[in-house]
Amino acid sequence: MKKIGKQTFSIKDDVFVRSTFTIAGKKEGEGPLGKEFDMVVEDDLWGEKSWEKCELKFQKEAVKNLMDKNNLMKEDIDLLISGDLLNQIASSSFAARDLQLPYIGVYGACSTMALTLGLGSLIIDGGFANNVICATSSHFCSAERQYRLPLEMGGQRHMSAQWTVTGAGAVWLSNSGSGPRIKNVTFGKIQDLGVKDANNMGAAMAPAAYDSLRQHLEDTGIDYDLIVTGDLGTVGKSIVNKMFNEDSSSIEKKYDDCGTIIYDIDKQDVHAGGSGCGCSATVFGAFLYKKLLNREINRLLFTSTGALHSPTSTLQGESIPGIAHCIGIEM
Amino acid sequence: MKYDKDSYKQVVDEYTPKNKMLKNCVWAFIFGGAICLLGEIIKNVLMSGFNIAEQDAGPMSSVILIALSALLTGLGWYDKLGKIGGAGTVVPITGFANSVVSPALEYKREGYILGTASNIFKLAGPVLVFGYFSSFIVGVLSLLFS
Repeated sequence: MKKIGKQTFSIKDDVFVRSTFTIAGKKEGEGPLGKEFDMVVEDDLWGEKSWEKCELKFQKEAVKNLMDKNNLMKEDIDLLISGDLLNQIASSSFAARDLQLPYIGVYGACSTMALTLGLGSLIIDGGFANNVICATSSHFCSAERQYRLPLEMGGQRHMSAQWTVTGAGAVWLSNSGSGPRIKNVTFGKIQDLGVKDANNMGAAMAPAAYDSLRQHLEDTGIDYDLIVTGDLGTVGKSIVNKMFNEDSSSIEKKYDDCGTIIYDIDKQDVHAGGSGCGCSATVFGAFLYKKLLNREINRLLFTSTGALHSPTSTLQGESIPGIAHCIGIEM
Repeated sequence: MKYDKDSYKQVVDEYTPKNKMLKNCVWAFIFGGAICLLGEIIKNVLMSGFNIAEQDAGPMSSVILIALSALLTGLGWYDKLGKIGGAGTVVPITGFANSVVSPALEYKREGYILGTASNIFKLAGPVLVFGYFSSFIVGVLSLLFS
């Protein structure tokens, strides 16, 4: 069995992260990573008639451009694994309709990037595929509309609320070539410590992030150069730091969160930071992956975090179940 | 997990930034007051400039405020005012207009019947339900005690 410790799958064969493609929206383009994205789209509809159609275009174009960039033909790709935030993962399925690749749609809320990378690695390591594309997307307007209030409704956002990233990321995994390799994958357990406030997702997901990270580090014993969570924002990030500090195993010096990397928290009026599937996807593709390629870091623990609630469950008084999946990547 | 729900709640409370209550109250006072002042100005202009009786000028100034708010919502400005004004822009009648127009705009893409028309009272619906209900109670009470 390729499982090590309690919860971690060890990838024995080579699974290379060959290439990435990221598309970001206007606000993300104005942020600290603005120049790193492969493409920045200023128009929040990108010429489409609705935000939902725009989001699927983001995802579709990310996959298409990834294939073009690497001269990949449809026949070269064995599988597309993707997911998003919208009901029935509509963006992913409609993008896959146009892409005409063998497709598995998954739902992991904002944990989707790590979830698809993990599944893709297992499938390649299992010998079922040579080349897999993992993709995800989110759009501020379509997410606001589904989870919160109409955009033109005048009101104030809570200080702990996060800003859904408009963006998409696609990643090509392959069993041949060179580059950073995915070595260990830990799928998390759902953690729910009773947070019901949908304006405080960071706090709702922090226990899941802590639990998965701790388990991954315990299972593998690897000393990572950089540990990054998906979209905990300032609130969740401080709570994760606090939890590790209490264990006397502080990760503070090498730990960061994509939700705090993608925006300039002080200047961009995003309150607690970024969130959404596109948050960890674009930060991974445009920033973290390049750090590995440039050998600024050699061992990255990439952990996307998701809040697995629905608008209905929130209205019915349920708390928010959090999840986190860890991907250990080595150059 | 080393925390239970109660102990974790304390951690969350400690790490969650608080809303700036005093600042919000001051802005709400200024914005809410300004909207009401505007209503008074409109009313007085109607009375003195157009010779409209006070009992008609009141409702007419409300209608003008509603139209103005709907226009600002359509132009995408009211949410920017609401971001600063908070309750000051939500509570007056302009806030109610905003809560009707914003879903109407948002659901236009699903069609005028199943989109706009069926979602237009999504936010304002509860206000209408409880508004009608409380006026019913007041009506019954006034019948009993008059």
